[in-house]
Amino acid sequence: MELIVPILAAAVRSGTPILYATLGEIMTEKSGVLNLGLEGIMLIGAYVGFIVTYNTGSPFWGLVAAFFVGMAVNVVHAFLCISLKANQVICGLAMTMFGTGVSSLLGRGYVGETIAGLQAVALPGLSSFPVVGPVFFSQDVMVYISYLLVFVVWFLMYKTKFGLMIRAVGDSPLSAEAAGISVSAVRYASTLLGGGLVSLGGAYLTVVYSHMWVDLMTAGRGWIAVALVIFAIWNPLRAALGSYLFGGVEALQMRIQAGGTTVPAPLLMMLPYILTIAVLVVISVFKGRGRMLGAPSALGLPFYREERE
Amino acid sequence: MKRSVLIVALLMVAIFCTPLMAFEAIPADKLKVAWLYNGPIGDGGWTYMHDQGRLDVEKAFPGVTTMYVESVPEGPDSVRAMENFIRNGAKLIFATSFGYMDYVQEAAGRHQDTIFMHCSGFKRAHNVGVYFGRMYQSRYLTGLVAGSMTKKNVIGFVAAHPIPEVIRALNAFALGARHANPNVKIKVVWLFSWIDPGKEKEAAKALIDAGADVLGMHANTGAVPQAAEEAGVYVIGYNNDMSKYAPTKHLTAPIWNWGAVYKYTVGKVIDGTWEPEDIWWGLKEGMVDIAPYGKDVPESVKELVESERQRIVSGKWDVFEGPIKDNQGKVRVEKGQKLTDQDLISMNWLVEGVEGELPK
Repeated sequence: MELIVPILAAAVRSGTPILYATLGEIMTEKSGVLNLGLEGIMLIGAYVGFIVTYNTGSPFWGLVAAFFVGMAVNVVHAFLCISLKANQVICGLAMTMFGTGVSSLLGRGYVGETIAGLQAVALPGLSSFPVVGPVFFSQDVMVYISYLLVFVVWFLMYKTKFGLMIRAVGDSPLSAEAAGISVSAVRYASTLLGGGLVSLGGAYLTVVYSHMWVDLMTAGRGWIAVALVIFAIWNPLRAALGSYLFGGVEALQMRIQAGGTTVPAPLLMMLPYILTIAVLVVISVFKGRGRMLGAPSALGLPFYREERE
Repeated sequence: MKRSVLIVALLMVAIFCTPLMAFEAIPADKLKVAWLYNGPIGDGGWTYMHDQGRLDVEKAFPGVTTMYVESVPEGPDSVRAMENFIRNGAKLIFATSFGYMDYVQEAAGRHQDTIFMHCSGFKRAHNVGVYFGRMYQSRYLTGLVAGSMTKKNVIGFVAAHPIPEVIRALNAFALGARHANPNVKIKVVWLFSWIDPGKEKEAAKALIDAGADVLGMHANTGAVPQAAEEAGVYVIGYNNDMSKYAPTKHLTAPIWNWGAVYKYTVGKVIDGTWEPEDIWWGLKEGMVDIAPYGKDVPESVKELVESERQRIVSGKWDVFEGPIKDNQGKVRVEKGQKLTDQDLISMNWLVEGVEGELPK
């Protein structure tokens, strides 16, 4: 137990930024918009979270600012992909490059600075449970919010009218349009909300995780989130599982190394991608049999009004 | 007949040797110097320290114009970046990463009147010199501090990639630690990443959980010192003084001082005495050093470091002098022998006291 608890606690810690990004991307993709710009948006979120916290001294405002700036940046992606019907893959890649460049340029003056950041708070009562307490309830506020968020996103997606609209627009925009839903408006809303969450995932890295800004500090987490969306088959609950699994693999391999045994670390690091490929295979097999699992059928396809098939 | 042959021969020598002779002196206010960086200055580590060296040049030679380009990939693009510098009047170019080696040769071949200095490589030409620092000497000194400060005799080391540069650093650190305290064990976590503060912090936590009460590192950000401060264990930074991230727990850090070689080279170019040297400087020349001590480092440890530093600076002894065993028990360096620079550049084994094997 003494060995496992720190690993699981580390799994939750390092899984959380990825979880935010994955949830954000699920929201966006469910409406049929693919956003491959996660890495860039996370970097912008990390940067904004850091400078606002640095200048105001308040992690709260840092996180709030990161959320809204993430939304604002995603307006560009939404406008290009939804209004101008540009190629979503290319737009997403451009967003990654843009986010990387702009955060690096603007962040130059902040390298080497530190902030107090958000500290862990053990939840009274809950944290005294064995195993579960130290693993899940001795973390920081953003981790607790992410637990809620998993259920909120799930509830929103499957139990509310807005969620139904998002799914309708992502699966069959034509039918949704016929039912009187504005495809563009719904897609805009979910792309912006999703962008805000992705940006929060980036801000988690600076404001909560390591209280500093370094260029390129997301180190591929945006891409892992893109992969995890597929791994989770667009389901928020499975996204949490996937994020913690990935965080856990990393925590585990480091502890094996620290114990003096050498593990083929690159092999373990491939794990989330291997799992993703496996899930892709499963999805394709089911698709061939006419079942869509969770994948939005109109993902990546621009919608033209009044166009008939 | 003989005489004309001699004259022709002399002429030939004169023609062919012209490029080999010293470059003309360039007055400081006419000299433009350029730096090619493989990372962003914002990395706070490698490129940041090179840029500090560039700023040292600006301070030391007010007339000299400096320029730089960041994040240039170590590929054919770098030639274009160098051509650009030359078009803008650069007479001296520093290429600050190993991967530029062949591209520096290419650009230098085309621009015989421009001087190139390549960091950490081994290919020279009449207008290409190479330079690097004996960081392992500073690593050894900080290892002495780590070995003296551990109570549990377990030191953790967060390492970026298993390449010779990092292995050399780890080994020198371990030799220092075990010189100060022969019972010390060094546990290592390899990151397989150059910049990832999140991962660096997790690695530090894993090592602390495994019992380490002093941490060393070859990673680029201040995440390891931060984790050490939070957990209340001592830490030794890298690249520059990282005490900002661990105000009470930072002991010292091996640091770069590229300004030493940059000022030296620019001075030589201004005087017209530049030659394509192979510069591998260490503590003696001030190219590497250690950061100011944290308040917990006792006088006795500082004295030990000082006496070992004198041993290295005097040239009587260097870090990788035998007997040295690897961590499988095999003698790698016999007593009285010393690793050559070539051995150091290609080091691929771990010294006694370091746990684990090198990842393959």
